[in-house]
Amino acid sequence: MTAPRPYTLVAELTYRCPLRCPYCSNPVNFHAMREELSTEQWCQVFSEAADLGVVQLHLSGGEPVVRKDLPALIRHARQCDLYTNLITGGTLLTAENLQQFRDSGLDHVQLSVQDTDRETAERIAGIRSYDKKLEVARLIKQLGFPLTLNVVLHRFNIDHVPELIALGAELGAQRLELANTQYYAWGLENRKALLPTRAQRDQAEVIAREARARYRGTMEIAFVQVDYFAEEPKACMGGWARTYMCITPTGEVLPCHAAHVIPGLSFDSVRHQSLGTIWRESSALNAFRGDDWMQEPCRSCPKKMIDFGGCRCQAFLLAGDAAATDPVCHYSPLHQTVLDAVAAAEQEQAPLVYRDLKNSERLSGHS
Amino acid sequence: MADVPVTWHPRLAAKARLRWDPEEKRHMLVFPEAALLLNDTAVAILKLCDGERTIEQIVDTLAQQFAGTHHTLIANEVTELLTRLQTRGLLETERQ
Repeated sequence: MTAPRPYTLVAELTYRCPLRCPYCSNPVNFHAMREELSTEQWCQVFSEAADLGVVQLHLSGGEPVVRKDLPALIRHARQCDLYTNLITGGTLLTAENLQQFRDSGLDHVQLSVQDTDRETAERIAGIRSYDKKLEVARLIKQLGFPLTLNVVLHRFNIDHVPELIALGAELGAQRLELANTQYYAWGLENRKALLPTRAQRDQAEVIAREARARYRGTMEIAFVQVDYFAEEPKACMGGWARTYMCITPTGEVLPCHAAHVIPGLSFDSVRHQSLGTIWRESSALNAFRGDDWMQEPCRSCPKKMIDFGGCRCQAFLLAGDAAATDPVCHYSPLHQTVLDAVAAAEQEQAPLVYRDLKNSERLSGHS
Repeated sequence: MADVPVTWHPRLAAKARLRWDPEEKRHMLVFPEAALLLNDTAVAILKLCDGERTIEQIVDTLAQQFAGTHHTLIANEVTELLTRLQTRGLLETERQ
């Protein structure tokens, strides 16, 4: 099979992070992955990614700002003509390091905000951070960066969508991402605590849609669905290893943040092979390209090349088989498991499990 | 969506970057989460969007560059492209 052109690289520079958000997309066992790629290795990766056709580079984490070599990485990424976006929690940003990033050629900053309500925001982030984040948002704008504000939605903040939209407008964000929690990794651990009710989600979506029309041309508003409430699955990542790749702090090349969870796949590392070789030949990246791997009801479905059968990670997590139809799809024989999860979350409360080293060790059996 | 007024002084928004795409051998407008492949006409238009020229002046300049093409046709192309970019937040239209 000829490999398609990748457009986007998410470079997870580190899993270190001062925040403890319970919906974090980093793997639950991140504690065991501490050997980060060096500056030279990342620079090599950026060059190879640009040669493959990658246009968008997201410098992510963890908190990428913990990397002391961030200005050097940004400079190299810009030399490769990559559109370079910093995805940050903001708590380590200062006027000084932001200026350095600006001088290094950073194109764009994406800042996370947990809520407009200080108490909820800090309960979710797991540390005091509310004032600092607002201060940093203003600094980002003062330095002339385009700003995306990213808010992960869940049952404790989804009713604040009107206030979050007003905050985005007040801060002068060019883009506001209202991104419902995706239930993988830490999000899945916390599903019962975080999943909103259907009524909450419906209301938030209507408000976001109205605001999108109102702010058209000044602030783009994206509303990322909770796929649990959908009848048809999302075209996850635009299809497995089609346009998107994610590289972990230790150098493994994945089709998305979550794919580590699928057993039996062996992901290749940029420590041992070139990115081009991995993109074309990695058995893990080829595992779900095309449609040969599909089972019924996907195989004979007219939408199979539109939604690609949904998400492979979710198929494994909910159906126990990564090649199954994503149970979010109403044609899946296991669709009821999704409806049951929604019903359970409507009726029950659960304590938050924070994303930190201690919980990472405990949940992966290293106490 | 109403057309952008001809008296505006458009320039690309800070979040958008025009780059040459070696793979497609075409210019590409890149911005957060997406990119647009541009044809030669669009590139010619965008290169004149400097925040100084008005849309009217851009049309006049292009009419000189592409002598023989009807002025109205050029005006329509310019308006159509800029309106499309404006709705996606890819233009700044105030003189700074």
